[in-house]
Amino acid sequence: MKTGDAGFITTTMDKAMEWSRSNSIWPLTFGLACCAIEMMATQASRLDISRFGSEVFRNSPRQSDLMIVSGTVTKKMAPRLRRLYDEMPYPKYVIAMGVCVIQGGPYNQGYSVVMGVDRVVPVDVYVPGCPPTPEALTNGIILLQKKIRGEEDR
Amino acid sequence: MVEQGNLKNRLIELNMGPQHPSTHGVLRLKLTLDGETVKKVEPIIGYLHRNAEKICELDFYCDALIYFDRMDYVAAMNMEAGYLEAAEKLLGIEPPERVVWIRTIMAELSRIASHLVWAGAYGLDLGMLTPFFYVFEQREKILDLFTEISGSRQETNYMSIGGVYQDFNDKIVYLIREFLDQFPKKLEEVFNLFVKNDIFISRTKGIGILEPDVALQYGVTGPMLRASGVPYDVRKAQPYLAYDRVNFEVPISKRKDNYARVLVRFEEMRQSAKIIKQALDKLPDGPYFNPKAKKSLMVRLRGEGDFYARTESPKGEFGVYLVGDGTVKPYRVHVRSPAFKNLSVLPALAKDVLIADLVAISGTLDLVFGEVDR
Repeated sequence: MKTGDAGFITTTMDKAMEWSRSNSIWPLTFGLACCAIEMMATQASRLDISRFGSEVFRNSPRQSDLMIVSGTVTKKMAPRLRRLYDEMPYPKYVIAMGVCVIQGGPYNQGYSVVMGVDRVVPVDVYVPGCPPTPEALTNGIILLQKKIRGEEDR
Repeated sequence: MVEQGNLKNRLIELNMGPQHPSTHGVLRLKLTLDGETVKKVEPIIGYLHRNAEKICELDFYCDALIYFDRMDYVAAMNMEAGYLEAAEKLLGIEPPERVVWIRTIMAELSRIASHLVWAGAYGLDLGMLTPFFYVFEQREKILDLFTEISGSRQETNYMSIGGVYQDFNDKIVYLIREFLDQFPKKLEEVFNLFVKNDIFISRTKGIGILEPDVALQYGVTGPMLRASGVPYDVRKAQPYLAYDRVNFEVPISKRKDNYARVLVRFEEMRQSAKIIKQALDKLPDGPYFNPKAKKSLMVRLRGEGDFYARTESPKGEFGVYLVGDGTVKPYRVHVRSPAFKNLSVLPALAKDVLIADLVAISGTLDLVFGEVDR
């Protein structure tokens, strides 16, 4: 928090910016595997993700704020994932959806799977499950909103 | 200044994917373009290679099921049924009669769920957002049934060697009947959204014609083949589970184009609903688990020899080849994946078409990359 003449205004502006930013997180359409279907279900009729301001799935990384890594990341896909992340404008956030993305999941005995996407890109919120239910992903987005606003978790 | 003649003859290479909204996952298509026309398509796969077949060899026979769930991840029950067709024959364990009927019901529910996801995604490919919400409403209802009986929504792991995880009770039978009562009417709503849309019709009719002899050469199966007029369905050709004891028709179409594939898949959903209704009426009483394969002893099951089983998954003929060497773990697990075979026909199918039509054609293949790359 800044002090001085302009201190009051800057902190309030930051708060307002954080609040508006947290309520319109545009995710990238980035389905990798099984979890992508649950991500679609989160977007669809029953668990409408637009209640939390994240319904605008953008097809271009240059227009999105959030990358939901939904599905196993293989060694062949990891450089592409990193490139997509680099193309996203700041501020950008990453949700790791599913155990495959967190630590390899059921495939961690294999030779072709990256043992956690946090070896490739920094992760903000981890959503465990195989696959996580749409409710769990919604909870992950709410946690991310709290993180953006700088609020305490729970 | 570039002369127009030179510009006309220059071919451009363009990569579509692996991150592209209409490649249904992580397909990469290497296109050679002459203006807007696609001269050559080269699918590049392997972006979701999770070596599931190899990991199956590290675990007991009963543990391989979770990897089969995640192969065709929108139709987990069909994958489980396909694996168990091979594994139970190899291990010499006969499922009780009630289990056979329960599996038939669950496999058909899963087939409906898979085709519904396909319909929603295909609508998105062609720029229709409305069907997506309609089909996911119905799919959530099916997933509720799966949650009720297996505790999990999508990757159910409901069936196991010699039985199922939990017996059908009156509640689940009632819930499935309740679902079936409202399903046909809602399906017609979705169907009308497709076939009464002029844009949809002009983007599908007469586009992506697949001749039956080409389809057979490439090993295309499932709705893709039936839309080319070949009445081949494993459920009729080599009946498994209880398919020889229920009445249903195999829908075929002589149109051979994208539109035919849409019609065939919708008709298959209607037939699946018919099968489930009959199976619920005929559901016999009895145990839901073979006592020979009690859960605590399942890890000791030993298999010797080899066995190939084929089943009809929503994508086509799903084959599982198992080799046992007398130990508690399989020696080799091989999968004949229908989506992989259907993808191989894309270069022949999408020759000299427009880029926009390429999306309309590849959408009808119903690709699921867990299964293509395994």
